[in-house]
Amino acid sequence: MIERLGKMYLVGEREKYFALRDVLTQAFVRPFLTLRRRRATRSEPKFFWALKEVSIDIKKGEVVGLIGRNGAGKSTLLKLLARVTDPTEGRARISGRMGSLLEVGTGFHYELTGRENIYLSGAYLGMAAAEVRAKFDEIVGFAGVHKFLDTPVKHYSSGMYTRLAFAVAAHLEPDILLIDEVLAVGDLEFQKKCLGKMGTVARTGRTILFVSHQMNQIRRLCDRCIWLDAGRIAAVGPTVEIVGQYEEAMANASSLGEAAGHDGTETATHFVGWRLLGTGQGEASHTLRTSATFSVEFSIRVADDVRNAHFGVALYNSDNLLMWGNAFNGLALDRGARRLKVTFPSMPLKPGPYTWKVSLYTEAGLADSYYCVPNLTIGTIPVTHPMDQWQGILNIGCEIHVV
Amino acid sequence: MLSTPRAKASSEKPTPPTARVLPRTQTDLLIQPRGRFSFVDVRELWDRRELLRIFAARDIKVRYKRTAIGAAWAIIQPLFTMLIFSIFFGRLAHVPSDGSPYPLFAYTGLVPWMYFANALTGATNSMVENSRVITKVYFPRLLLPLSIVVGGLIDFAISSGVLLLLMAYYGVVPHWPVLLLPVFVLLAMVTSFAVSVWLSALNALYQDVRYVVPFLVQFWMLASPVAYPSNMIPSKWKALYGLNPMAGVIEGFRWALLGTPSPGPLILVSAAVVLLLLLGGLYYFRSVERTFADIL
Repeated sequence: MIERLGKMYLVGEREKYFALRDVLTQAFVRPFLTLRRRRATRSEPKFFWALKEVSIDIKKGEVVGLIGRNGAGKSTLLKLLARVTDPTEGRARISGRMGSLLEVGTGFHYELTGRENIYLSGAYLGMAAAEVRAKFDEIVGFAGVHKFLDTPVKHYSSGMYTRLAFAVAAHLEPDILLIDEVLAVGDLEFQKKCLGKMGTVARTGRTILFVSHQMNQIRRLCDRCIWLDAGRIAAVGPTVEIVGQYEEAMANASSLGEAAGHDGTETATHFVGWRLLGTGQGEASHTLRTSATFSVEFSIRVADDVRNAHFGVALYNSDNLLMWGNAFNGLALDRGARRLKVTFPSMPLKPGPYTWKVSLYTEAGLADSYYCVPNLTIGTIPVTHPMDQWQGILNIGCEIHVV
Repeated sequence: MLSTPRAKASSEKPTPPTARVLPRTQTDLLIQPRGRFSFVDVRELWDRRELLRIFAARDIKVRYKRTAIGAAWAIIQPLFTMLIFSIFFGRLAHVPSDGSPYPLFAYTGLVPWMYFANALTGATNSMVENSRVITKVYFPRLLLPLSIVVGGLIDFAISSGVLLLLMAYYGVVPHWPVLLLPVFVLLAMVTSFAVSVWLSALNALYQDVRYVVPFLVQFWMLASPVAYPSNMIPSKWKALYGLNPMAGVIEGFRWALLGTPSPGPLILVSAAVVLLLLLGGLYYFRSVERTFADIL
């Protein structure tokens, strides 16, 4: 039983199968090709390793995030683990019952009622009817669909449908929960409820493997992260670190394109980039890992000498809420490449992605305004309330004394 | 959310980790490429019988949910076919019926035949109809054709009820062979399952199969003693005729219920063929099953 400290080894690989019908069609269309040539044409380009040599060890009770670009192999990995497809090579060992939530409403049948679908989903997860019955009220309560239990789910609104689907999967208490991007749907309120529920599930010692493109969800939920790229593991480690690296990589990849667009007007005054200074991480850093003092340097190309410039700088969070802003008057800038250095005593914001916005006004008016690329990633350790909804936006530690 | 944050959590009360972990007797699961020779995991099928039950119930519910006369279709199909057969084969063509009234003779053949034909049609489409689920969750795929065969028993029971009424109407009282009826029902199930396994797997790979099945069912019926007795077949061809397992099933039904001549060795040939079909089908199903999720 102690062996149930579920270990997962994956050295999985998977090929994309080509339709066997193609082979038949080929045989009809080009019957005069020799068998050997036919074999050659069909095997070479069509194989594709969606996942290659992925090895990871996941412990029981861990919440692991799976991140990566589209097509990086995240969903394939989950499918392999859920045994929907067989691996081509390698193996995985799993202890405990697997509950898969690959997609919202997996296996819901449109003609069946909510009640019937709850039992159906339970059966997919390998549960006996009695087990489902024991959880039934809880599921219905969470999803809030009492009134529609005996209505076929095809008449449900998409919100109701999602709520029921999530409630079923989260309450059926599998030992291992695989979740693929499900929370992309549903309203914000419900997303919060789901994340809270997943947190609870995790604390009861269940293992969760969670795929999402929402880095904030990953950050909130996961202890550890696996970053997949092109079917291979790019990095594994603590969430803060891996998500930071990932966001930086994504931002850098996209900044090339955007910077070019921004540079379109070579002749005018414009901002060209930014970086963090004094964080002890070398050049071109965009991830802040210190809660102490640091500086930000904005680079600007000045077309003509400016006297009495007005420089505005602001910081937005990912919801585009203004976190902080300030402006400086009377700056003198000579033409050429200039840098504006802003020094902060600290930036006590909770971890996540933020965006700088800078603008420069001359006496003639606005010279340039720029949402800086890449984002600022705050990767400090959270020192606030453990529950998300009480975290707020500031990351400030404190002490308590009874006096 | 106007309340103030409490020390630990708001509404949810997380239980300590040890409290909720139910002891479950479950061995480790090993995921690895499957070898060519892996036979059916019967134990797993048994463990998932709840899913089988739900699949079967779902198919029945969905089939009759939005129809006006519901399960009456289970009666109408064989009853109307019987009427047509009685007019054309019984009255006009004077097809012999082994001493029984022709309508009863035809209906007794149609009950197992309809069961078989419906299972084939249903199972052929089962993989494609459930493709959404197959590509998302794991469960033993064999449950799908199996659930069709099991679920079909409901229709079978309903049409059998009508058969009893017909027998009462014609005053037919079965003799001792009726004790063997369960054997023939089982043979009908296994035959349906064996062919269903083949067709469901083939249709998952090549969706042309579902266009072939209606023809297949028609030809197969002509090759089975549904509308005529098997002793119309010249005796030198009899052994060959027995290769059609439905011939044994239908003759067995008539023998058990109507007291027509015993099918004799025909039934053994049929049983042997079914066994081969089943083993081959299961083997084929298992070897292509792993590709279903990638193809569908």
